[in-house]
Amino acid sequence: MGLQEIMFYYFAVVIVVTALLAVSRGNPVHAVIFLVPCFFHVAGIFVLLGAEFLAAIQILVPAGALMILYLFVVFLFNLSEIKGKRITHRQSFLAGIVGVLLILLLIVLSVQGIFPGPFVELVESLGADSTSTVGGSLYTRFLFPFELASLVLLVVMFGAMVLARREEKE
Amino acid sequence: MENIGLYLLIIILKIIGIITVALGGVTVMNWVERKVCGHIQHRHGPLYVGPLGIFQPIADGLKLFLKEDITPTNVDRVLFIAAPLMAFVPALLTFAVIPVGPHLMISDINIGLVYILSVSSLGVFGIVMAGWASNNKYALLGGLRSSAQMISYEISLGLSVIGVLMYSGSLSMTKIVMAQQGLWFGFIPKWFVIPQFLGFILFLVAAFAETNRLPFDLPEAESELVAGYFVEYGSLRWAMFMMAEYVAMISASCVVVTLFFGGWLPLPVIGPMIEGLLPAGVVLYAMPVVWFLSKVAVFMFFFVWVRWTFPRLRYDQLMSLGWKVLLPLAIFNIFISGILRVIQLN
Repeated sequence: MGLQEIMFYYFAVVIVVTALLAVSRGNPVHAVIFLVPCFFHVAGIFVLLGAEFLAAIQILVPAGALMILYLFVVFLFNLSEIKGKRITHRQSFLAGIVGVLLILLLIVLSVQGIFPGPFVELVESLGADSTSTVGGSLYTRFLFPFELASLVLLVVMFGAMVLARREEKE
Repeated sequence: MENIGLYLLIIILKIIGIITVALGGVTVMNWVERKVCGHIQHRHGPLYVGPLGIFQPIADGLKLFLKEDITPTNVDRVLFIAAPLMAFVPALLTFAVIPVGPHLMISDINIGLVYILSVSSLGVFGIVMAGWASNNKYALLGGLRSSAQMISYEISLGLSVIGVLMYSGSLSMTKIVMAQQGLWFGFIPKWFVIPQFLGFILFLVAAFAETNRLPFDLPEAESELVAGYFVEYGSLRWAMFMMAEYVAMISASCVVVTLFFGGWLPLPVIGPMIEGLLPAGVVLYAMPVVWFLSKVAVFMFFFVWVRWTFPRLRYDQLMSLGWKVLLPLAIFNIFISGILRVIQLN
């Protein structure tokens, strides 16, 4: 087993464990904080794949900005009310079935060998500079979905502004 | 396998070196800050421990080291212990990609600048975790403030460097420095501070906010929040927060120098004159480090100077400065730099 594979299994195990801890903790602050190492190790897998730019963005946006925003919201809960209670959603049963199906699908796919071998070989063709590869492909091959995503973001931004403004008037 | 062992050994030695220099820098900065602050306020500053009080930080460090380590009863124990580490480690991580001289860095990754932005955005976790885990309303308010402040100013920080990227064409810190070589009209250096002056100002203001220094030290505003997020901390854990602030300040100065002031490149006109007097070996190996450190020292003095000159902003002023002034200016800067760059390249 090479160094890369050892690192991959380390990252994979930590991602799964921290993700499980994040959904199973009763204390929402702990749950959010467990997501931080989870995102960090996802970034580690990006590095193994040679996508350093994505790895840095993975830390900058989800681990850095989003988690702080989540913490900000969670802080404003009344924690003494929530503590100890089991927080489950009405749809948890349905979600459980979907989750089990997804795991079964993944097992079937990996047994059949549809996932092609070690990832490292897959991404070798991207070239050394992942930043220009990402930029180049976003503005050429994936221009339409990229612009579509920006349109969605614009609509969401307007939505947030409208919501915030309405509250102000009341 | 022997080569891998040697490679790891060199990297570990480099990391130890950088950490030692950074912590030494913290000690010196602590003394400089108190001395400069003293003179700004017409006092002497530390005087008694060593000549000019220069061993005062060591005496203070010893005092903090020997103090009893108190963990209050109702804190979230794990997070309370982890928070100082979470504040301190990201601040040190930045140094991994800062080029002190040509090839004098731990790792020249090709996404250096994004790495710095992402790592420095993690420092806030320590503050937020400390604020929440302390189970104290002042600490919590400090934590909340810092999370809002960091998110607001991180955006301006990220957008203000895009102009630099347009000029350098690379995210690698070494390439950014190399792109600033040369002179205009024989005496004006091609440092990015000149074409990117607006970007530089925006970056500097945002960096002050990111490092929680006055006039943006609302998370610890002592006049209203006692000491903010670290009010429940004492001894070495408190010292870690303080060191994190200083390390963040040093790394912010290093980043400003690298991005806008030509990193290790010599000063124009005076630089070649001084280098002409020295032997070639010194010029090649030692002088880049000297130039870099002296530029960094100027900015660290600037940090101290600003702290003892300006009053603290009010919270709503902080938010409106971040969102209504810095952010539009940063976007305007990207727009103008883009146009200028296109004209220049054609």
